[in-house]
Amino acid sequence: MAKVKGAIKVDVEKCKGCSLCVVVCPSKVIALAKEVNGKGYNYAYMANPEECTGCTNCAMVCPDSVIDVYRVKAQVGA
Amino acid sequence: MADINEIIKEENLVYSKSKILTDNIMSYCPGCTHGVVHKLVAEVIEEMNIQEKTIGVCPVGCSVLAYKFLNIDIQQASHGRAPAVATAVARLKPDKYVFTYQGDGDLASIGTGEIIHACNRGENIVVIFINNGIYGMTGGQMAPTSLIGMPTSTSPYGRDAKLAGNPLKITELIAQLPGTTFVTRQAAHTPAAVRKCKKAILKAFENVGNKKGTSFIEVVSTCSSGWKLSPVKSNEWMVEHMLPFYQLGDLKDE
Amino acid sequence: MADYRLMKGNEVIAEAAIRYGCDGYFGYPITPQSEIMETLMVRKPWEETGMVVLQAESEIAAINMVYGGAACGKKVMTSSSSPGISLKQEGISYIAGAELPCVIVNVVRGGPGLGTIQPGQSDYFQAVKGGGHGDYRLIVIAPASVQEMNDFVGLGFDLAFKYRNPVMILSDGVIGQMMEKVQLGEFKPRWTDEEIIKMNGSWATTGKTSDRERNIITSLELDSSRQEKFNHKLIEKYKTISEKEVRFEKIACDDAEYLFIAYGSSSRICQKAIEIAREKGIKVGLLRPITLFPFPTKQIQAMLKQVKGILTVEMSAGQMIEDVRLAVEGKVPVEHFGRLGGMIPSPNEAVQALEDQIIKGK
Ligand SMILES: Cc1ncc(C[n+]2csc(CCOP(=O)(O)OP(=O)(O)O)c2C)c(N)n1
Ligand code: SF4
Ligand code: SF4
Ligand code: SF4
Ligand SMILES: [Mg+2]
Repeated sequence: MAKVKGAIKVDVEKCKGCSLCVVVCPSKVIALAKEVNGKGYNYAYMANPEECTGCTNCAMVCPDSVIDVYRVKAQVGA
Repeated sequence: MADINEIIKEENLVYSKSKILTDNIMSYCPGCTHGVVHKLVAEVIEEMNIQEKTIGVCPVGCSVLAYKFLNIDIQQASHGRAPAVATAVARLKPDKYVFTYQGDGDLASIGTGEIIHACNRGENIVVIFINNGIYGMTGGQMAPTSLIGMPTSTSPYGRDAKLAGNPLKITELIAQLPGTTFVTRQAAHTPAAVRKCKKAILKAFENVGNKKGTSFIEVVSTCSSGWKLSPVKSNEWMVEHMLPFYQLGDLKDE
Repeated sequence: MADYRLMKGNEVIAEAAIRYGCDGYFGYPITPQSEIMETLMVRKPWEETGMVVLQAESEIAAINMVYGGAACGKKVMTSSSSPGISLKQEGISYIAGAELPCVIVNVVRGGPGLGTIQPGQSDYFQAVKGGGHGDYRLIVIAPASVQEMNDFVGLGFDLAFKYRNPVMILSDGVIGQMMEKVQLGEFKPRWTDEEIIKMNGSWATTGKTSDRERNIITSLELDSSRQEKFNHKLIEKYKTISEKEVRFEKIACDDAEYLFIAYGSSSRICQKAIEIAREKGIKVGLLRPITLFPFPTKQIQAMLKQVKGILTVEMSAGQMIEDVRLAVEGKVPVEHFGRLGGMIPSPNEAVQALEDQIIKGK
């Protein structure tokens, strides 16, 4: 059985903390950090990284195109 | 649990910023729909491999700065006049993919004449129309598209039809014009909407390649600054108020 | 083989554009210049040279079409008359601000408002002082004959591209409607895309190729210090133009004790007035500015050693006279004679005015 595993990488300095990615993530992976970036925005990060499926929803709605999405097919139990 | 670093590797990359977008930080407010639509335009240009063949015309409005973010040749136009500018570009450079990118104040108020006539002549261009129901750039004044009852800085008690007329569904007018081949109303607030919107933009650019006349894409959008709501609340407000009036879907596809 | 024709001034503008390899004309009908677009539509240059001709929905659209075409590095033009030129001013300001080359023809009629469809020269201020908003200048050339209507189309495009600056041909209803013998120019082929990329590829939106950065046509600069720098760059350009591009004509000036200064059709009236005056023993000459911006300030100053007074003749309430007075700096009397509302001054009236206002008035 192959399970899809994903991860995102947020360009923290360019994130504007708009939360649009947070609300569209079906797996509740993303949250806004308590810390702020250089522009003073609470930036997005993977709060629950193990839940990410790499579905790209977050990246698709991100107005600032600051999310890269990665995906692998991990062998369960391998 | 798989190590994140095992996943974040070049060969596993499935989505990243389009190469047609520059590295400049977008000047738009957090959550602004302009950013999403810029991205879709960029992705379409990249996927069609037409960077060399694309000329954008971006008039006054928040997206007047689009030339900082899209890595293509761009002309900044005066308020409302992009369709006239694009007319000349398309006619003088018929091998190019010419598009305008206009706000609702720009397209449906000051530039009503230019858009109607360019569409009526069937200029071979793509029109991208960002309808956020407000004048974003100048600080949230009423637009021709503002909804009845919608508060703006020049309709502080809500738009009153007696005083200001009714919101203008210009896309419906445009669809009547024989010069247009594809007229559609889209949104970009969910992944599904973004996917559909991108498909529409792709079709519009392909129409230009096939010399089919004017393709017109309205994107019902948010302006969190003008609406004075958070980006997430703005999307909710848009779904609740804008979409029932500005219904999504194709108005014409020939 | 020289190609001589008997043609109207307006028709010649159209023919000259086709022959000079113009890529696009965008206009909107208005008297007294509608023959320009009408001639083009009859000539169908799109079949001959590929030139695009389009009747726009308004003067505003037309000037913005010019903006778009010029931004592609193409030779484009528009024409109109006074009220229409007023509508174009925002676009002209953008064209100047984006440093785009183009030719704008104004076949002036009397105003203000809808005014009259008869000739006027009352758009001088608008043409030479900027017209639209912001600090900018047009290069303004004023034809005084049908031949110059022909010649200045080519000159206009040459200057426009040399300086990346809009050029205005400031004509008037007399010259637009007048028929005269004209020697038409040779046919010049339109520039190919390759030629345009070679000449204008550093700035024109010809499509971003991998060997260059994207080209951006804009007049926007949100950073004040950069905008100021840009304004200074424009000022430098206008200075260079002022040094290098002044054009004028002197008639009967060698022994002149008095001077008419007039441009366009008024200068023709002054030529006749010179004959009448000289029969009366009045030694008067004519200095005709051909370029109104840049203005022949130094050339006027050079005349001050010999002349005792200057009469400007304009079909206006007195506009160019301000530039003449700036040049003269009070050294000799400068007075204005003009007719308004579409009335054309007669040579006799001009001589009378010279006698009354300059010679007797002294
Ligand atoms: C001739 C002219 N009038 C007014 C303005 C001021 N102005 C700039 S942007 C704008 C409205 C923009 O609204 P819209 O087109 O809806 O774009 P948005 O910023 O909402 O995306 C106005 C009125 C201008 N720049 N030029
Ligand atoms: S959508 Fe983009 S900009 Fe907005 S919070 Fe998420 S990563 Fe940041
Ligand atoms: S890729 Fe999908 S699952 Fe992963 S964070 Fe983004 S939206 Fe959530
Ligand atoms: S003001 Fe509105 S339209 Fe303009 S950038 Fe901000 S959110 Fe976007
Ligand atoms: Mg708007």
